[in-house]
Amino acid sequence: MSLELKNVSKRVGQVTHVKDTSLTLETGHFNVLLGETGAGKTSLIKLMAGLDSLASGQIILNGRDVSGLSAQKRNISLVHQFFVNYPHMTVFDNIASPLKVAGVAKSEIADRVEEAANILKLKPYLKRNPHELSGGQQQRTALARAIVKESDAVFLDEPLANLDYKLREELRDQLPELFAGRGAVVVYATSEPEEALLLGGKTALMSDGHVVQFGPTADIYRKPKDLDAAKVFSNPPINSAPVTKKGNTVTLNTGTSWTVNEAAAALADGAYTLAIRPNHVMPVESSAHTVSLDGTVQVTELSGSESSAHFDMDGQSWVSLSPGVHPYNVGEVHTFYLDPNHCFFFAPDGQLAA
Amino acid sequence: MAQITLSNLRHSYHPNPSSDDDYALKKIDLTWEDGGAYALLGPSGCGKSTLLNIISGLLVPSEGKILFGDQDVTALPPAKRNIAQVFQFPVIYDTMTVYDNLAFPLRNRGRDEDIVKERVTAIAEMLEVTDMLSTRAANLSPDNKQKISMGRGLVRQDVNVVMFDEPLTVIDPHLKWKLRSKLKELHQRVKATMIYVTHDQTEALTFADQVVVMEEGEIVQIGTPVELFERPAHTFVGHFIGSPGMNVLPCSVKDGSAYFHGERVDLEGPISGDVDGAAEVGIRPEFVSVSTSGSGVDARVRKVADIGRHKVVEAIANDSRVHAILEGEAPNVGDAVKLDFKQSQTRLYKDGWLASTPAEGV
Repeated sequence: MSLELKNVSKRVGQVTHVKDTSLTLETGHFNVLLGETGAGKTSLIKLMAGLDSLASGQIILNGRDVSGLSAQKRNISLVHQFFVNYPHMTVFDNIASPLKVAGVAKSEIADRVEEAANILKLKPYLKRNPHELSGGQQQRTALARAIVKESDAVFLDEPLANLDYKLREELRDQLPELFAGRGAVVVYATSEPEEALLLGGKTALMSDGHVVQFGPTADIYRKPKDLDAAKVFSNPPINSAPVTKKGNTVTLNTGTSWTVNEAAAALADGAYTLAIRPNHVMPVESSAHTVSLDGTVQVTELSGSESSAHFDMDGQSWVSLSPGVHPYNVGEVHTFYLDPNHCFFFAPDGQLAA
Repeated sequence: MAQITLSNLRHSYHPNPSSDDDYALKKIDLTWEDGGAYALLGPSGCGKSTLLNIISGLLVPSEGKILFGDQDVTALPPAKRNIAQVFQFPVIYDTMTVYDNLAFPLRNRGRDEDIVKERVTAIAEMLEVTDMLSTRAANLSPDNKQKISMGRGLVRQDVNVVMFDEPLTVIDPHLKWKLRSKLKELHQRVKATMIYVTHDQTEALTFADQVVVMEEGEIVQIGTPVELFERPAHTFVGHFIGSPGMNVLPCSVKDGSAYFHGERVDLEGPISGDVDGAAEVGIRPEFVSVSTSGSGVDARVRKVADIGRHKVVEAIANDSRVHAILEGEAPNVGDAVKLDFKQSQTRLYKDGWLASTPAEGV
């Protein structure tokens, strides 16, 4: 099964919400849409689900052109960020509703609702009304409705965003297994890079109404196509600074220079943008972290297992994220060490060079 | 500004509470030091909002007292408590400019325009919104609106406490991070007592010097982020803090040693108190190592997630799920592996509470 977008776009008045986008999404893994609020994730989902009409292009679901079909005629399910259930119906009836609409026999409905309720641990609550449930249980009810339907495509639009942190962790862990083997194309929108990495599968990075890069999640994390893609897929933000490359040496504006690896050395001499993830900039020197940088520490944060320091380096705001606890003195200069083997170099047009 | 003391606080929403279960707050004794950065952390329904409402005066506790310094404020209405609050959603006047919004809390208390100007300018500079001062608030992006809300909370220098109730919920992750560091920086500069209420461990741990963890109407632990991470006083704290949380494995204790399915687990040090029979071993994923040879508990790899800066391995050992965080190479799904627990970080829990002590000399 697959969901294919061919040059789709969406305009509202003068504003383009989705720019000429082509994508082929397949079953068997999660398809994550990752981008900040306003990047176009929800707009794209609305087009795929048939809740919004296309300005141009085609949408092909399992070989069938569904471009002109309404959501009801596409055999899809949608789970929103806000818990959407029928308030006057019991949990059982909420889960059963798509089956009733489809005219499924009563005995089969009971079986399928029970199966979905089992998977989502809702069995004790089947007779309750949604308002008697916690947020997590309400969202599980919405997910059960999406599962029970056996849709061709399931769209999950930031479904965990309104849940408690720990609950989010638990459901995120279960979601891929929940949809595994069901045959549906699963599309999951999120604004959190770490969530995309945890869900795995493939990721489409979105920025400003278009897909910047699409591919296996871990691959595009390791090889962002351009500076935009690197920025979308980094939290805390990826560090960047202009550098000059000459021969096998790169030099920062601060004068710090180091010898680069073969791939970078092979680039034409000139100006590039260096980018490096915060976890490759350490507060102490090691065999991997060898290039020293001085920065004025602005803010420090401690998350128990990790320490981060935001520092100013020649007008650039950088972050170091390191395991363990490091004492920093805010306002003072600290020496950080970057790992020269984890640097990205982007050409002046933004494309990844090495 | 003043020290805040909560003394023997209990609160029930029931008219005639009969058992502990009827109390949303069971018994709270707590002192917030003047100028501290605190977080109140817990899941939905743990009582943190009830506690916040009691401090702000929206709710009068069923039992106990609240003191600001030496003054008993238990019966005082919110307006008389001299506090500032920042809520989940921005509270600003859309028709006013950013300047007038920031000036509002000061003008409301009849401050001279000279002072208003001085404070608004200073706060705007700290928040990096100086260039927006003449913009109408309606035209701001959601994160800037929330920034201005925060600014309104911080503009007065005479407040007893500034309280933040899940202030970053509506903010995008990449901006959350910026606002969080801004808030932390502001605390370091203005030195007001701040209480930050959240269910998000990352926000709590990064903002606060002291985190108060609550569950079911009780304070489970108060500590620095490092203390909560390294020595959770209760398995709930171990689970709630950390991602994934602490592994909590069933064990049995006999003659001062812990056994996981018959296999001895070396604990950090001696067991405190008289523990015998069923208990739990707690070990953080960060301190579990995985090897295909060597010693340790037998397990099979069920899942491996590559999250970029490290890998999260989920293994099954005797029907128990164990998470390990690995830097570098990870085994494959289905592999038979040995799990080794770093001894100095392996703790014992009895009925949920920490029951082991560090070895001497550590």
